[in-house]
Amino acid sequence: MSSLASRAKDLRSSPNKWVAPAVILLGLLYPFLEEPLSTLPLIGDFMPSTGTVVVMIAFTMMAVGLNIVVGYCGLLDLGYVAFYAVGAYTAGWLASQHFEQVTFHFGSSVDNDQVGIHVTMWIVLIAAGLLTMLAGIVIGLPTLRLRGDYLAIVTLGFGEIIPQVVRNGDSFGGFNLTNGTFGIAPIDSVGFPVLSSIAFFPENFQTSDNRERWYYLIAFLLLLFTIFCSVRLRDSRLGRAWIAIREDETAAAAMGVPLMKTKTWAYALGAFFGGVAGAYYASFKSGAFPADFYFNISVFLLCMVILGGMGSIWGVTVGGMILAYLNFSGLSTIGSKIQDAGLNFDPTKYQFGIYGIIIVLMMLFRPTGLIPERRHKVEFEEGVHDTPFYDVQTEGSLTDRDRGND
Amino acid sequence: MSDTRARVLRTLRNPKLVNGIGLGLVALVGVWLVVNFVKGPQEFVNVALDGLTRGSIYGVVALGYTLVYGILQLINFAHGDVFSLSGLVASTMLLSVLGLTGSSSNLAVIGGIVITLAITIPLFAVVNATIERVAYRPLRHAPRLTPLITAVGMSFIVSNISLALYGVDFESGSELIPQGAAFSIGEINVTWKLVFALAIITPALVALSWFVGYTRQGKAMRAVSQDTEASAMMGINVNRTISVTFFIAGSLAAVAGLVFLLEYNLRYDTGFELGLIAFTAAVLGGIGNLAGAVLGALLIGFVQSFNEGLTWFAPGGDWTRSIVFGILIAVLVFRPQGLLGEQTPEGA
Repeated sequence: MSSLASRAKDLRSSPNKWVAPAVILLGLLYPFLEEPLSTLPLIGDFMPSTGTVVVMIAFTMMAVGLNIVVGYCGLLDLGYVAFYAVGAYTAGWLASQHFEQVTFHFGSSVDNDQVGIHVTMWIVLIAAGLLTMLAGIVIGLPTLRLRGDYLAIVTLGFGEIIPQVVRNGDSFGGFNLTNGTFGIAPIDSVGFPVLSSIAFFPENFQTSDNRERWYYLIAFLLLLFTIFCSVRLRDSRLGRAWIAIREDETAAAAMGVPLMKTKTWAYALGAFFGGVAGAYYASFKSGAFPADFYFNISVFLLCMVILGGMGSIWGVTVGGMILAYLNFSGLSTIGSKIQDAGLNFDPTKYQFGIYGIIIVLMMLFRPTGLIPERRHKVEFEEGVHDTPFYDVQTEGSLTDRDRGND
Repeated sequence: MSDTRARVLRTLRNPKLVNGIGLGLVALVGVWLVVNFVKGPQEFVNVALDGLTRGSIYGVVALGYTLVYGILQLINFAHGDVFSLSGLVASTMLLSVLGLTGSSSNLAVIGGIVITLAITIPLFAVVNATIERVAYRPLRHAPRLTPLITAVGMSFIVSNISLALYGVDFESGSELIPQGAAFSIGEINVTWKLVFALAIITPALVALSWFVGYTRQGKAMRAVSQDTEASAMMGINVNRTISVTFFIAGSLAAVAGLVFLLEYNLRYDTGFELGLIAFTAAVLGGIGNLAGAVLGALLIGFVQSFNEGLTWFAPGGDWTRSIVFGILIAVLVFRPQGLLGEQTPEGA
């Protein structure tokens, strides 16, 4: 019988203190390592370009945001793509020529005679996060009272409604909100308009010589910031309340955790990072198009969280990078290798089938993910409150719950 | 400040207010329907008949969701994809293996439909039961999100099997059944489409209600969906009963797949959206409730057809998905137990 104190000690994570700094350093250097790495024999072809890594990071950021909702709080959100869409379109509204009725410039590097609202992307990123947070609260308030699986289907519903509204939104009573199927493009670039006059910083990433490297650097810092917030949130009072809800909602409520408020915060904060990532990605590819937002993206993000380990920040980051790599570069490289070998099989066509297989296999054989969060692992091994005391399916056997050693 | 907030919250949570808003919404829809009816009665009835065709197919798919939910409390996302795969297999049977074309005689078409059903029903019953055996049964005691996520994964696997076998092209069998009206009453046309749909679906529904209501196995299904543990103590083989449920859901998917193929066209991803609509129908009627699933599906079918077919202030096909999911959200907010009340072990 292990004492509660020693178990609590076991649950506290103690990662090797050199791993994180080494990974961060390597990450920062990747744009410079990419060229020599891609000339290596055998593995060289599989190295993603810096631009691809920017996309990978954007999606990993969304996965870390989704992890707050699914991993910490245990609320299955099948409509996260809605937050990505809101973020991307906020960037479209606040930093492009879309609203040609007005001309408003604030700290942006575009020429002053351009029509439309042009706010500097730094503020747009924050605005996108806040607006997405608001969207999360609006979606959350009517739905968070529902049971887990109803919540999943309702979020899925919102994930389908918002892209459709975006697609049909070129004429709300004559007002062109989203420019319909054409989307909003071009969206302004990220840049340092003030600093550029002092030092070597570019005024505008899109037109600078090192476009991909600059976008990479900022994306990497944003991801680090997301992870940092995620860790701090998990260890905060709010984060502990989320985990309590995940483990046993009734017990958490009995201990005085306000369910609605806590769940709504999980939604809002999870959405925030999706919005920031969506806006940044929209700026990188200089446009927001309705065809980008479909249900499969939500499942893709969910798959990242599951592969990495629900609730485990490092796991989700690794899982996100692996899957995003496969999606945006790896599968097509593997496909071309297969084609070279003379087989006619294109794995990119079946990418979502592959994610489906990953989801099912992980759920069946390693439901805690590649890098399990310790606490979550314990939940799986020792059962949760809804485990029956007596297994009615196999006569005479007790469930793990009764066999528990404390 | 906090006092005002509390008062506002209390007002918002007042059940009378919530019900009032709900009824107000229903009344608005009612007014909209009446105005449309007055503006063009014949058109209105024809559109309604189209809704009946759609709704009956949704009903068969919705039954598959509601049966499984009633017994396992699991949204079987893969059900919609099993439906579209069954439709695609039916297209191979009808058009390639049996070689039917638009010029085949009616008798040959009816014979072909019977032969196709005789093959696809058992086939997809087994497929569906296999999915349960492989993917859901090992997770019977896992936390509740686990099988749900697995179901999403299975959905993608099944739809990619369809993609691998049939590619991205639409398949349709609508040329096999006679076009135009079977008979007309005034300006109202009852199409062959509707006749065929009802002729195939009605026997399936009768067979289902006989099975669930009057056989020993059906009684076992009802018992397990009321209380799994108590029925196990009464000597019911729970695992077998769950397999049988998936078996029946799979057969219903096969029936719906064939009918959908004859009426419209489908491809590998048709089942996903149709599955969501059917699930919405099941929730609208009250999940776990068989009559509710059919009622909900007919209502959704009418909603979709009215939305796409009527002319006075109808949002049109671009908005169908938003409207259906809007209904789903509204039902869950205003009346989570559905129209006829849900029938699951945990209740509302």
